[in-house]
Amino acid sequence: MTAEVGTELPEQVFRVTRADLVRYAGASGDFNPIHWNERVAREVGLPGVIAHGMFTMALAGRAVTAWTGDPAALVEYQVRFGRPVVVPDDDAGAELTVRGKVAALLDDGRARVDLTVTSEGEKVLSLARAVVRLP
Amino acid sequence: MALDRELVGRSYPPSAVYEVGRAKIAEFAAAVGTDDPVHRDVEAARAAGHPDVIAPPTFAVVVSLEAAFVVLGDPDVGLDYSRVVHGEQKFVHHRPIRAGDRLVAVTTIDAARTVAGNDLLTARVELTTEDGEAVCTATSMLVARGA
Repeated sequence: MTAEVGTELPEQVFRVTRADLVRYAGASGDFNPIHWNERVAREVGLPGVIAHGMFTMALAGRAVTAWTGDPAALVEYQVRFGRPVVVPDDDAGAELTVRGKVAALLDDGRARVDLTVTSEGEKVLSLARAVVRLP
Repeated sequence: MALDRELVGRSYPPSAVYEVGRAKIAEFAAAVGTDDPVHRDVEAARAAGHPDVIAPPTFAVVVSLEAAFVVLGDPDVGLDYSRVVHGEQKFVHHRPIRAGDRLVAVTTIDAARTVAGNDLLTARVELTTEDGEAVCTATSMLVARGA
């Protein structure tokens, strides 16, 4: 792994299905019905069931930890939830694409990575940034 | 209703202890699809220099989001829970969360403002061990959409 300003992380593509959302709801304890119940999601004005923002954040983080090879190296991580990821009721689900680039080298052997996270070509996270400890 | 700026700096009493279990870490790791053995295999975690299996980086939310929600129960805050969405999230890890940790959460309101009819409230949750060792600072910005 090399880290210079401009180094690009390997692109990662994830598929998110309704089953994934149910599993994440159970693991995280976030049982908000907008993440599993189409009727409730539409009643609150959403186009359909949407992924937990924190699930999207977790998947985007995997692109960083896959690059560092060490989940403990991700020392700071922040995102703004811009646009919901709508997850259709089919086997294919929604596609999430994560790209990352080293934006700055910091003190103490750390680097800042800026992430671009899209679904259906639209940005779903904004200001998605991670600070990693370099090996 | 507009949020009162006087709320900034308000802290809430410490949460009950949350004991981090190996099975919960493994369940969370499976749910986010990471197969790194440091989340499942104690020997692999020890070989990587950790005393026990460590949690994936966003696991802290399992403890921190509920802690952040104490502000919604504060009558002085008066946010309409049914209109609240998660706007931003930040984690600063002082060290990885690991199995066996007995975590306590203390929540403080860092910012409160009203923008274009939406109430924006930033809750900072300090996760420490029962003995006071800093583990993670988890900051959530909650948005109550205007009616």
